Amino acid sequence: MQTDALAPDAANGRTAATQGAVKIVLRGVAKRFGVQGRSVEALSGIDLDIRAGEFFCIVGPSGCGKTTLLRILAGLETKSAGSIGIARSAAGAQRKRPMNSMVFQEQSIFPWMSVRNNVAFGLKARGLSRSQRYAIADPYILKVGLAGFEHALPHQLSGGMKQRVSIARAFANDPEILLMDEPFAALDEQTKLVLQAELLRVWEETRKTVLYVTHSIDEAIVLADRILVMTARPGRIKDILDVGAVFSRPRQVEAVKSSPRYGELFGRVWAQLRDEVMAAQSAEEEAAKRGAGP
Amino acid sequence: MTIRPLETGAEDIARAPDAAALEQVMDVDDGRIAWWRSRRFEKTLSVLSPLILVALWELSAATGYLDTRFFPAPSAIFQEAAEMLRDGELMRHVSISLQRIVIGFLLGALPGIALGLCVGLFRPVRAIVQPLIDATFPIPKIAILPLFIMIFGLGEESKYAIIATAVIYLVLINTAAGVYNIDRIYLDVGKNFGASKWMMFTDVALPGALPLIVAGLKLGMGVALLVIVSAEFVGAKSGIGYLIWTSWQVFQVEKMYVGLLACAVLGFAAAILLNFLERVLIPWKYR
Repeated sequence: MQTDALAPDAANGRTAATQGAVKIVLRGVAKRFGVQGRSVEALSGIDLDIRAGEFFCIVGPSGCGKTTLLRILAGLETKSAGSIGIARSAAGAQRKRPMNSMVFQEQSIFPWMSVRNNVAFGLKARGLSRSQRYAIADPYILKVGLAGFEHALPHQLSGGMKQRVSIARAFANDPEILLMDEPFAALDEQTKLVLQAELLRVWEETRKTVLYVTHSIDEAIVLADRILVMTARPGRIKDILDVGAVFSRPRQVEAVKSSPRYGELFGRVWAQLRDEVMAAQSAEEEAAKRGAGP
Repeated sequence: MTIRPLETGAEDIARAPDAAALEQVMDVDDGRIAWWRSRRFEKTLSVLSPLILVALWELSAATGYLDTRFFPAPSAIFQEAAEMLRDGELMRHVSISLQRIVIGFLLGALPGIALGLCVGLFRPVRAIVQPLIDATFPIPKIAILPLFIMIFGLGEESKYAIIATAVIYLVLINTAAGVYNIDRIYLDVGKNFGASKWMMFTDVALPGALPLIVAGLKLGMGVALLVIVSAEFVGAKSGIGYLIWTSWQVFQVEKMYVGLLACAVLGFAAAILLNFLERVLIPWKYR
């Protein structure tokens, strides 16, 4: 199982090396949690190379540790083993560019700050003057389609607009890598489609390296260059599928979704994921039985 | 409706029943609601209820149903209030009480917010302060008045001290709770975007805790009124509490009611002021 899972990864890793510089290197990354005195393994043996400028999606059954992996990269959680390397670009070193910025799952923009101050938050943390940070933030507010809402407070915005602010905040911070944790999970289907297209558009302009966690196969195919399928807990690498080889850039969401190859790709991802979802569910049932028992 | 055999169905479809033949099963809803459920009716009721009560009171006093030695007619109370306003007696008492409340409140609220933020943010501070609060909070604040009079004398300082003591607890406890209850995600964002300790404090913890801080200020204001009136009963030669107490002692019941009225107006004004403050400070809590 371990060697099977690693084989395609290693193969992709080699092609990655030939296609572009490696941006993120993970070697043997693992995470253990202490739950009621017992040690639970959440992530195990994650070896991964992600190219500079790649849009990399991670899918997996719920509880597989995909969000944990992202939070470790974001510096919000510690890893139990392994090593992580993020390459710093020459331009980034000059401009004191932060290593990563995260777009969070839920409503994460500060309700007490205007849209503008929310977008400029990371820049303020880096010590830029007010005029400097607004000069950087305002174009991003424009890019995500929120022109005219600079002074609005978040409670005056819809759910989709709030996530746009969150995306603008991460892009405006100009980090080496972007981390996104199911940013559209709470939105309705139509808003999601619109925002996926906008995210692709903004990303095309910057071509930042993105690590994007999602539970939606559909979203992963539309956005990703490569999709990593994770196993049920403890999360390991099951397979990596090359979407970039099927759909070229720049991409249109509609064109991808109406292509016959989209259905084929969906089938391939689901075939990998289905067993893991089943395994995760039976593990949950097992735990529920233990909990309900004497 | 009758059910017909299927064979004749084809002809029946051709002869579709007209609208009148169909049973009307739903009432038409034109979007209007009954007048007794309307907002305006409720508002009218809210305005009318105190007015009607005062009118009933006046009527009962005039016809002798109420003992005017205990419940003087509202007109007599208002007359007394007008009299006291004219000779400046009322304003003298109200302004001295107001001064004590404002100074005492600020002396309690400002350190309360600062300490509460520290307790909420720094675990060791919490470990030190929490048991002290738990041990002393149950003591009724007015019970400490004799001690404060011993320390500060019968002057203004003892009044400020007793109000500040009553206010600081409520503000501190609420502020600390406000900090604990900040959504974890905001702290994660602050950390991920590299906010300094100071920026975490000014841009995340303080605004995040503001809703509960203001709730603490409101509670504190209520207690400040309560404490000052009771403190003035025994340890003062002026103020609304003194007015109520001395009026009772010399059996000037109308004057006593004027004192009660002044308390109500003061409390009402404080509530309006704090509600306004709330809307200015935390606009995101109001749509």
